[in-house]
Amino acid sequence: MNNAEPVCAIERKNWFQACRVEDVVHNGGVCVKYGEQQIALFHFTRRKEWFAIQNECPHKMQMALSRGMIGTQQDEPKVACPFHKKTFSLVTGQCLSGDECAIETYPVKVENGHVYIFI
Amino acid sequence: MKIIIIGNGMVGYKFCEKLVERSPAAFDITVFGEELRPAYDRVHLSDYFIGKSGEDLHLNTEAWYAQNKITLHLGDPVTGINRPEKTITSFKGITLPYDVLVMATGSAAMVPPIHGVEKKGVFVYRTIEDLDLIRGYAKNAKKAAVLGGGLLGLEAAKAMLDLGIKKTHVIEFAPRLMPRQLDDIGAATLKNKLTALGLSIHTLKHTYQVLGEERVTGIQFADESELSVDMLVISTGIKARDELASQCGIETGARGGIVVNDQLQTSDPSVFAIGECAVHKDMIYGLVAPGYEMAEVLASHLCQAKAGGSRTGKKTFTGFDMSTKLKLVGTDVASFGDPFISTEKVRTILFEDKLNGIYKRLNISSDGKHLLGGILVGEASGYNMLLQQYKNKMLLPSNPEDLILMQRDDKKESSDSIASLPDDALICSCEGVTKDTICRSVSESGCETIDAIKKCTKAGTGCGGCVPMMKDLLVHTMKLNGKYIRNVLCEHFAYSRQELYDLIKIHGLKSFNEVLDRFGKGDGCELCKPPVSSILASLWNEMILKKGNDTAQDSNDRFLANIQKGGTYSVVPRIPGGEITPDKLIAIGGVAKKYNLYTKITGAQRIDLFGAHISDLPLIWEELIAAGFESGHAYGKALRTVKSCVGSTWCRFGLHDSVSYAIRIEERYRGLRAPHKLKSAVSGCIRECAEARSKDFGIIATEKGWNLFVCGNGGSKPQHAVLLASDIDSETCIKYIDRFLMFYITTADPLTRTAPWLNKMEGGIDYLRNVVVHDSLGMGVQWEKDMQLLVDSYSCEWKAAIENPEIRKRFNHFVNAPAQKDPAVQFDELRGQKKPASWNKITG
Repeated sequence: MNNAEPVCAIERKNWFQACRVEDVVHNGGVCVKYGEQQIALFHFTRRKEWFAIQNECPHKMQMALSRGMIGTQQDEPKVACPFHKKTFSLVTGQCLSGDECAIETYPVKVENGHVYIFI
Repeated sequence: MKIIIIGNGMVGYKFCEKLVERSPAAFDITVFGEELRPAYDRVHLSDYFIGKSGEDLHLNTEAWYAQNKITLHLGDPVTGINRPEKTITSFKGITLPYDVLVMATGSAAMVPPIHGVEKKGVFVYRTIEDLDLIRGYAKNAKKAAVLGGGLLGLEAAKAMLDLGIKKTHVIEFAPRLMPRQLDDIGAATLKNKLTALGLSIHTLKHTYQVLGEERVTGIQFADESELSVDMLVISTGIKARDELASQCGIETGARGGIVVNDQLQTSDPSVFAIGECAVHKDMIYGLVAPGYEMAEVLASHLCQAKAGGSRTGKKTFTGFDMSTKLKLVGTDVASFGDPFISTEKVRTILFEDKLNGIYKRLNISSDGKHLLGGILVGEASGYNMLLQQYKNKMLLPSNPEDLILMQRDDKKESSDSIASLPDDALICSCEGVTKDTICRSVSESGCETIDAIKKCTKAGTGCGGCVPMMKDLLVHTMKLNGKYIRNVLCEHFAYSRQELYDLIKIHGLKSFNEVLDRFGKGDGCELCKPPVSSILASLWNEMILKKGNDTAQDSNDRFLANIQKGGTYSVVPRIPGGEITPDKLIAIGGVAKKYNLYTKITGAQRIDLFGAHISDLPLIWEELIAAGFESGHAYGKALRTVKSCVGSTWCRFGLHDSVSYAIRIEERYRGLRAPHKLKSAVSGCIRECAEARSKDFGIIATEKGWNLFVCGNGGSKPQHAVLLASDIDSETCIKYIDRFLMFYITTADPLTRTAPWLNKMEGGIDYLRNVVVHDSLGMGVQWEKDMQLLVDSYSCEWKAAIENPEIRKRFNHFVNAPAQKDPAVQFDELRGQKKPASWNKITG
């Protein structure tokens, strides 16, 4: 239900300033509020990479992915939901464990110590 | 040598594969296929309806044919054979000469001569194109019938259910389902199972005509009864595709099929036939395994001929066992050997369980020595072993009925019986792989996983039914070779937990990242982070959220609380021994009221406060700590609680003060992190009110001191703790617990509680007693020292968390709106308290 593009009410068009770099835990995630939406933002410090995905785990519709453990599977960055350890690719949003539907992913950039999400 | 293969089905493909495997580039191979796609897995055709794509079912890509220099013409059937000239002509007009012509034209669905089969909505079940047509039509259908209650018919019926047609009928001409494989009781058992799943089964029904104007609206039987349906799938059997052969004068059987000899040669010595189009000794084989065997025989024969050997090579096709096991609509059905024989020379063992829908039949030679055949319905886990018994003519045990009675805890038995199989026992009949080949792939080629064995031997790549047996063989062979089967953590660490524990200790590493850099690779994952973090905590007992270890903790440890439905947390303060003052009870009540928390007494004599928002956690703990509480570690794989009965201070039966001792034990081991959670209890007498024998370590008072029990478990597989030492004093008891816990912490696999840890230990409780009580490893003093270090370095991690601003700021839901709580959290009311809104009701 979340992987169908047109459902998104807000058109994707701008870089949203989410927080400062130091607000985000190393090798983990935080939850960003964007209007009524919740975005999970991850700083994969080991890989020097940033990722943003929807905060809701599609399995039981829980706002929890930002609190999940991140890691890799065959070098593909992923997050495990704290509830039942369903894992999702941080790059494609595909469910890597079982057949939950894919989740939304968003581009991230860092400028002058600020983190921006393209949404 | 120019070889032309007519037909690109499963057997035609297998033949190509076997040819290029044996003699790459030795032949000039051209394949003509009628269908538009390359050969696909017809056995698992119904998977197409549950999400597999056509490509998923392909046996190999078109590129594979090109790489192996095989010319593939798809969508171009051969239409003529000129035998004197040794050429063929295709539909598209290609004419090519051959030295050897192989016919693998397969079969077509047999459509019985019934009036009206040409109507719309009548289908056969054979190719992916048929399936596409069925799927398209099924969208507007509510009721369907499948004509044919044999193997294929029931496959088709399953497909109809998968397509969402709830009302599906199966119509069989014979008096029972699967008449070739099952006897009356077996078929009746299967019928009951299928009926329970929603299929309507009609046997002894002779279909007379298909009703309807243009489209099918129903069917009429010879007894004039009618059945109203929206679509009809015909699956009554196959007929060999022999029209091309008979057209050019090659001999065909009276009931169809291209006649072949033991070398698969037809009446024309240059023309061969394999698979379902061939008839061998009046038998047409409609299964894939015999077809593959034919491909194997012919490939070996041609390769020998090519190498200059005699044309009549050693390998011949001499018929094939039609034993089969399959899952039909979720029900296991198997039949092997001769399932029906019932002459005087045969003794039969029958087992029928009407309650669970299980039927088993064994046919045994009258001297009781050999298995001749049998039937399994509803439960067929013993099929592989029975088939081996039958095929290898192994001597039966004196109580052959044991072979079909349900085996419980059969691990040992099955691996023993694996060992007794002869080397040439055929394990994978689809690919013709023997026990010896599989064992050698393990011991000589170094395969240590099922996937590796599959790649190396192809075993298990056909129907997959032999995979459990391959697993047993893998473990068996590795053990024989003295190989330690290592439980490595995950793709990032090629070490077991025990090895990693020692390495981290020796090198004095303190953070997950250091451990990963030094002994792992990649970036970690949810499988290795928690056990490594647990090892670090077990070794150094440092605050778990520091040194970047916070995000390496399991999510509950990271927030020092248990996540609950809806995303709020529960809070469990430590209440050692279950003893609490009225003031402290009031304090808990006050906090629960203030933060609107649901309260419940736990199973471990504590009080759980549910429904705390993440940002309230530090505030709640500030108040609890001020009232004299500390973390209860309910969120960690750590010592939880030491439960107690009230003991000798109040109880008239009590022998010792169990409460004081429980508090002492709990305060000694509080916060101790281990491979899994740890529970304990102290009972003041033999009445055992604290239920100490269900704990990882339990203590029960005796006249002379304490009895110490270890490795008990509640949970999904309850197990009583066993006696480690009896009548010991309080100091000795603690000494033994120190040693026991350190031994467990240093050696157990991740998430293994003490009960399964002991179950796996060679020598069991006697060995454990030697190590702990008699100090057989000489580790006693070291372990007591290690434990004392952990005891001395304990501090409440919630106290540390609220005092550290860096840690405290992580307890917010929104990073960019710290004051706001998660608006998705919603509660309902139940018996005057709150409860989370149920799963799935909340929408983002």
